[in-house]
Parts: sequence; C-alpha cells; structure tokens
Amino acid sequence: MAPSFDHLRDADVDEDDYDENEIDLSDLREKYEVQLEQGFDTFVVIDGLPEVTEEQKPKLVKFLLKKLKSVGNTKEESIFMPMGDDGKSMRFAFVEYSTAAEAAAAVRQLDLVRPRGPCRGGVPTPVIEEFKEKEHMRSWLADPSGRGRDQFAMYRGETVGVFWNNEKDTPENVVDRQHWTESFIQWSPLGTFLTSVHQQGVQLWGGPSWTRQRRFAHPFVNMLDFSPGEKYVVTWSNRPISIPDEGHPQLAADDDGKNYVIWEVETGKPLRSFANLDLPTTGPDGQPLKAPPKFPWPAFKWSADDKYVARLTQGQSISVYELPRMTLLDKTTIKIEGVMDFEWAPATVQRDGNKSYEQLFCYWTPELGSNPAKVGLMSIPSKEVVRSLNLFSVSDAKLHWQSDGTYLAVKVDRHSKSKKSQATTLEIFRVREKGVPVEVVDTIKDTVINFAWEPKGDRFVIITTTEPVGQTAVPPKTSVAFFCPEKVKGNVVGNFKHLRTLEKKNSNSSDLEFYDMDFEGEKPESDKDLTANLQLMNISDHYGVTDVQWDPSGRFVTSWASAWKHAMENGYHIYDFKGEQLREEPLEKFKQWAWRPRPATLLTKEEQKQIRKNLREYSKTFEQEDAERVAGADQAVVEERRRMLDEWYAWRQSVEEELEWEREELGLSKPAEAAAKGEDAEGEVIEEIVEEVLEETEEIVQ
Amino acid sequence: MRPILLSGHERALTQIKFNRDGDLLFSVAKDQHVCAWFSHNGERLGTYKGHQGAIWTVDVNPDSTMIASGSADNTIRLWEVKTGRLLKTWEFPTAVKRVEFNEEGTQLLGVTEKRMGHLGSIVVLNINPDIDGEQSDEKELTIVCDESKATVAGWSYMNKYIIAGHEDGSVSQYDAKTGEQLENLPIHDLNMQLTDLQWSSDRTYFITASKDKTAKLVAARDLEVLKTYPSDTPLNSATMTPKKDFVILGGGQAAMDVTTTAARQGKFEARFYHKIFEDEIGRVRGHFGPLNTVAADPTGKSYASGGEDGYVRVHHFDKGFFDFSYEVERERQRAMQQQ
Repeated sequence: MAPSFDHLRDADVDEDDYDENEIDLSDLREKYEVQLEQGFDTFVVIDGLPEVTEEQKPKLVKFLLKKLKSVGNTKEESIFMPMGDDGKSMRFAFVEYSTAAEAAAAVRQLDLVRPRGPCRGGVPTPVIEEFKEKEHMRSWLADPSGRGRDQFAMYRGETVGVFWNNEKDTPENVVDRQHWTESFIQWSPLGTFLTSVHQQGVQLWGGPSWTRQRRFAHPFVNMLDFSPGEKYVVTWSNRPISIPDEGHPQLAADDDGKNYVIWEVETGKPLRSFANLDLPTTGPDGQPLKAPPKFPWPAFKWSADDKYVARLTQGQSISVYELPRMTLLDKTTIKIEGVMDFEWAPATVQRDGNKSYEQLFCYWTPELGSNPAKVGLMSIPSKEVVRSLNLFSVSDAKLHWQSDGTYLAVKVDRHSKSKKSQATTLEIFRVREKGVPVEVVDTIKDTVINFAWEPKGDRFVIITTTEPVGQTAVPPKTSVAFFCPEKVKGNVVGNFKHLRTLEKKNSNSSDLEFYDMDFEGEKPESDKDLTANLQLMNISDHYGVTDVQWDPSGRFVTSWASAWKHAMENGYHIYDFKGEQLREEPLEKFKQWAWRPRPATLLTKEEQKQIRKNLREYSKTFEQEDAERVAGADQAVVEERRRMLDEWYAWRQSVEEELEWEREELGLSKPAEAAAKGEDAEGEVIEEIVEEVLEETEEIVQ
Repeated sequence: MRPILLSGHERALTQIKFNRDGDLLFSVAKDQHVCAWFSHNGERLGTYKGHQGAIWTVDVNPDSTMIASGSADNTIRLWEVKTGRLLKTWEFPTAVKRVEFNEEGTQLLGVTEKRMGHLGSIVVLNINPDIDGEQSDEKELTIVCDESKATVAGWSYMNKYIIAGHEDGSVSQYDAKTGEQLENLPIHDLNMQLTDLQWSSDRTYFITASKDKTAKLVAARDLEVLKTYPSDTPLNSATMTPKKDFVILGGGQAAMDVTTTAARQGKFEARFYHKIFEDEIGRVRGHFGPLNTVAADPTGKSYASGGEDGYVRVHHFDKGFFDFSYEVERERQRAMQQQ
C-alpha cells in the first residue's frame, strides 16, 4: 500500500527538517549566479579630442553624441570626459554604449579604441619591437641552381612538401611538414603564398624559411579565393560564423551568421562579411529545379586589377563592391532582370576608341516572355552596356574569356522550337576591335562539354560528345575539335575556322595525347589558310589519372592520381611538353599536386622580343650546361656506388673476421659448407664404380 | 629464362625451400601435403602425407635426410626425405607458422601462433640426426612472446642467436641458449607485420619482408639495418641470390583485395634488386596471384616462387643474369684479380 498523507509518520514529515546552511549549494550557485556586467565590452575610448574648458565641454559632448549615435545607442551621461587639474580636458573621453555589439561597431566604423581594463602599477611602457627585415617573398624566383626551375607543392599522406622540379631526377625538397594543412593546399595567384586550410581558418606561408605570414581565422572554412593581384582573399564556409561570447580574435560580433569574409592580405584584417544568398529553386525557364542547386563557387568574382569584387544574385542583380572600402558601387546593386551568370574580363582591356579607365564584365540573361535572351558586356564604373547581343532559343550559355581579355567566347546551347533537338553555337566577341564585332562559329550538332582558349593565344579547343551528358557508368565517347583563325593580310586576326576534329577511338580513358599546334613540318593542303598546323606528338598512358596541370612555364605537365578520388596507383607522372615521360613516382595516399605560379615577367616587350630572337644562342649555353650537369650527376652516381660497394665489402670483412675469431674461441671447426668448398678447391675427384647385378642365371647347355 | 611450372598443389603456396645442394625443392601449401621436386626438371620426387590442416612451413636439414613441416593442425612433423616415412610428431596447443633447422641440423625451432588464450611462442626441439634414432619429446627451450607474437624466426651463425620477426614490425634477438631477449628494434613500420626472414649463406645477416612494402637487410649481431629495398606493394617474401649480389622480393595486393582491383593492379611480379646498390633491376611476371614465397637455390643456379594461385615457378638463370654487373663491380673484380 502506498503511503497516503494520513499514514505519514512523523519521521517522514521531519525528513525536510534540516539546517539550510548545511547544504552545499556552491555548485548550483556557480551555475546560476548572475554575472554582473564586467569588463569594458560596452565602452569605447575617443582619443585625440581638442582641449576644452568646462564651459566648452557640453558643446563638444553634443557634437560627439551626434557622431556616436550614428552607430549605436548612447546618451549624454554615458560620455565621461575627465578634466585635468588645470580645469582643462585631458583630450580624451570614455563612452558607454548600450550593448557590446554597438561598441564593437563604433570601434570599427569610427576608428575608435576599446579600453583595455584597469592597469595595475601604472601604464606599462610600450615595447617597440626592433625593426626586423622581412624575408624576401619572391626569393624563390632566383633558383639557387641558376636553372630557372619551377617549384611545386605536393600533399601526400598527412605531409605537405614544396619541391624544385628536377625533371628526371628526384625532386629537390625545399620544405616538408607533417600536418601542414587539414584539407587542401592552394597557392596564391602570383605564387607568393602557400595557403593551408584548417578548421580554425586559413594560413598563408611564404618566404625562404616558410614562416607563417598571415592568418585568417574563419572557422570551418571550406573554400578560399584570392584576388588576381593577391591583395584580397575571400573565404567561405558552409557553416555560418558563430562568434562566441568572449569574442573572436579577428572577427566582430556583427560577423555572426555570415558565410563569406573578405580579407585584406596586407593587413590581415577582415573588410566585410556576407551571408549566403538564398539560391533560386527554379530554373531559367521557370520550372522548378530537380537537383538541389549547388553553391556557386567562386561567388565573389574579382576584377582583373583588384579594384572591384562582385556577386551575382541570380535572376535579379549583380552587386559590385569597390575595394578596399567594400562599399557598393554608387551605393546600389546593378539590376539586370533574369541574369544567370557573369564573368569579369581576366585582364584590363583597352577597347578601341575608349580612353577612360574601365573594367569589363559580361553576363547573360535568358529569354523572358517575348524578350530574347541576351549576352551583355558592361563597363565598370560607368555601368554602361557597351555591347549586347540578342539570342533566341537559348537553353543555356557559358561565358569563356580568353586570358588577355581579347576575346570572349559564349557557348550557347540552343534548342529547336519543339525543344527536341539541341545544338551549340559559339559566339565570339572581339573585345578590342571597334564596336566589339561578334562572330558566330559553326553550329555544332553534338553536345559541347568543355571549352578552352589557348592562353594568351587566339585558338581554342572544345570537347564534344554525341551522347547525352549524364550520370553513366561508362564515360561518354568524346571528340576534341580544334579551332583557329584564318590567315589574312595585315595585322588583324582572321575569322575562326574549324581545324580538325579528333574522335576518340578506344575507351581507354587514361591516355594523355600531346599535340603540337605549330608543327614545323609539312602542312596539309586543306589547312593552308589556317594559322595552325596540328600534329600529334605523343601518347602516354597514365592508369587511373585524375588531374592534369601544366607548370607555369609551359615546359612540363604533371598528371596525377589522387587518393581523394580513388585508391588505385596514387602518384604522379611528369612529362615534358612533347609528351615524353620524365618521371613517375607512385606515392601512398597521394592527394594533391600544385605548381607554384609565377608573377608576370618584369621584362618589357622589347626585351622579351630580344630574348626570343637570340634564343638559339641561349639554348646553346643551356644545352651545354645540361650536358655537364648530367655528366656530373652520372659521375656522382658512380662515386656513390663505389662507396657503397667498398662499404659493403668492408662490413663483410669485419663480420667474417669476427666470425672466424668466435669460432676459434669456441673451438669449433669450420662449418660443413666451408669445408666442402675447401675440398672442391683441391679438386679431388672421387670416382665410384657401382656394379649392380640385376639377374644371374645359369643355364646348362646340353 | 623459361620457367618450369610445378602444378602439384591445389591451394595457395605457403613456403618453398631448396636443400643445400640445390637439387631438391620442397613446397608446402594450404592443401595438406608436402611436395618434393627435382629442381632441374620439375619432376616430383614424392609427397609427404599426414597433416590434417593447411601447412604453413617446411625446412630441410643440411644433409637432406629429414624435413620438418609445421601445420595448422597444431603439429610439427619430421619426415624422412628418401622414403616419406613419418619420423616424429610434436603436438602444440596452436598452429605452427614457422620451422627452421639450425646450421648443423641438431636443433629445430618452431613458431607457434597466438590463439585461444595461448600466447605465441618460439620452441626449440633437439633433433637426433640418426634417421632411425629415437626423437625426444622434450622441448629444449620455449620463448614466450608476450608483447607481439612472432611471425617468423631463424637461427643465426653458430646458433648464437635466434632472430624473430614480429607482428608489430619489430625484430628481436634472443640468446639461443637461454632464450633471453637481448634486443628488440622497430625495424619495419609499426604494426606492419614481418612476413619473411631468410638468411645469407653464412647466417651473419638476413633479409626481412614486411607488409610495409619494404624489404630490409639486417645484421644478425646488432640488428643494424644495412640496406632497404622499397617497393610499391605489400611484400610476402624476400630472398638473396648466392653468387650474384641480388635480392628477390615477392608480394602483391593482399589476396582478399585482389578481386576488387584490376588485373594490372595486382603487381604479382618477382622483383629483383641489387643487394648493395638497392636499385631495382628487373621484374619477372607469370603468377596470377600474389607471390607468397620466393626461394633462391643455394648454389645460385635458379630461384623458385610460389603464389596464391597454387603454382610453383622454378626459373633457371640465363647467362645474361650471371654476366650482368655494374661497372663499379667489374672495376673491383679487375682490381682483385690484379692483386
């Protein structure tokens, strides 16, 4: 029976009778104690004020209040301006804001300081660090061996190393560190910094001693992108930033909830942060998208000269921000209805007939109602559309700038009226020519899956496939088509013509084919008028290849099989530009290879021309140097082998002597084998005649 | 170098041994009999039947009168080579993974598996060289491996040490008389087990093979690593060729992973390295499964490899093999001759 109230014994009731003071509540206290505002999170210091007397003070306070209120909430009583003994102000003031966030905003926007808290024992004398010369960030360009080699970084296992490319020989290690990065590595576009990515943010490394140069503490960073001139970096994390209560070393409270941070490399400080945009759930045709949209990367795109950075709000507008202030150009976004994509010109282009400064970007919009689809070219900062092209029956478009910004190729996928058949056209904008003429290169029936310009050149290649692109187990059968301009008189570039299409014959997907675009041999009659002569130089097989990258000089190409994609035969191959394999190294858990980019040459056009003219002279000396080095290396190998051989025999001798001695010590005879050998040496031949009687019969002959 | 294909086993090979004269070849596999072959033509001399489980190991004594075999049926058996007569059976609580006669053939060591609450151990048995004599039941010595079990073991020169390779990648040196552990060094990568240990002809140094994809040449007296031979596949076996300063490594993708990769992935090749220069010299293809064991003829005329595919391939070296030498080696030879 459960005890009811009536049945309760005294003892049960009295159980509550205890001394309150005896209970140890310290743990609860600790947990629920209300923390009184402590610290100076809501305070800021205004320094460098004019000296005022008591009478002038209210005026100044009033003025200050006006400024201070633009950022947050404060009142007159919250401004404390200490007065000196002489009745004059001490030229600074403390201000209390209502919240810490406002104070933080004031610090950033009004360029104020936060008080550091009470100083015991007087103000410490600031220590002025002695000037130390910074390391030369571009020292690597002067290859110590004087051969102008390129560097690369390798990420394998848990180790990241930087090496000199030694062609056939083992790469020369520059630095090798365990756990240098947590997810991947990336070079800055001019090769100054090696970026490592960690859970706490990204770090930049460089200089001859590979010390840490910068730290951008963006927690859980996923991606980063440098501006072309290495002045700024944008970092992105899928997870919104969450600023802990105790603050963050680099980010402020109002960065909370943001996904992108734009940083200035020089100072290592954040300029502005942004949240992810909601991605459209409908396609350009208004139909809901089947697959969840992928986050576009890069979302923030840089202009060629690091002056602007822009982000697209799909279907609505493009926001162009001016650097380094990170304010919207003309304080407003550029509204372009339906805009699907945009791309900055990768170089500052001098348009014919345009004298003023401009940066160009192109964008495209799909068909909206009865309006045709459009490709536009916009000039910044004037926001003037300098060229626009109307297109019909467009299902998709891709924008491809040539590396100098001379051409813009727009790959337009068109559908027929019934939307049953697809075709692709290439619209090429000649940006530098007067009026930006547009040329249409033949209609391609097959699906174009990739497009690439020749860097700094005027030829391009496309990859096409006859089969629909989709998720299939078997890689689609593809072909490569080469295009180049026609030969014309004068200093102009002729029309783009199809040069050749190469069908892929077998399904072996690990072949690398090397083509010479300017083959010096015989040229087929049909290509007489074209500015290219295509010749297959070599085919190499790299089983399981996942990535390919050219070195910055275009002399070598590396292909590698990354453990990120599969675990088969991870490692790399190095080829020269002719396709001859120089080196092959299988490496356990090989993940990433990255050639170190080089900054643009400092030589003038004339100087470069001069070098090109005297190339034969130079190559003679280089070839001789190479030959000498190879001979020297061979000599070194022979020396090394000689040393190893001597070392081995010396070791053997010491062991044999020791063995002999130990045997004698123990009074043992030589082992049987050695004894047998001794007999052999004497050449004693033992002849044994074995007579075997098989059968013996006796017959009596009568 | 046309190989002789010995197809007498029905299951994966586990070990091959040549006798000292190099005329006989003994092979054991996961099927339950030991085979003896004439190495010059691949004719089978006979089989030794009696084991009740996979046979892991075999060894022949120096005068080729007896062989010992160790099996998963928890026994070591001693056989007469000539007749196939079973001379003695020793019983153990667990499987026997390795047997080896000492230099004189007077003692035999056996490595027992760690299983069912029994620790791995190395046992030493006295062998009566008289073929018709009584064999003792007594164990001369038992070394218990309480840290990491031994996978391979062998006798050093003059029976001074017993050297054992362990599952954790380390190599131990024991006093062969007392069983006391003198040394234990991490020769291979941690927890990359040693799969083979074979001796030079004078037993002063040995070669180890490991799952860490390397083979190493180690001195018996101080366990100093003399040479390292890196490869691109887990190794199961390694041997040294007499007469020429080469080593042969065998391995390949572990049998259980083979079906998940392409054929070219397997790397089922015997690899030749120069013993002193550590350079890879060449590869011999042929098996279509990983190589479980390689053995070199002590007279230097041939080598044999046994694979997961159940075949033994005996290769007799060509003239080219003997003629091949590095310039520095020839240099040295000339210098020696002049002296």
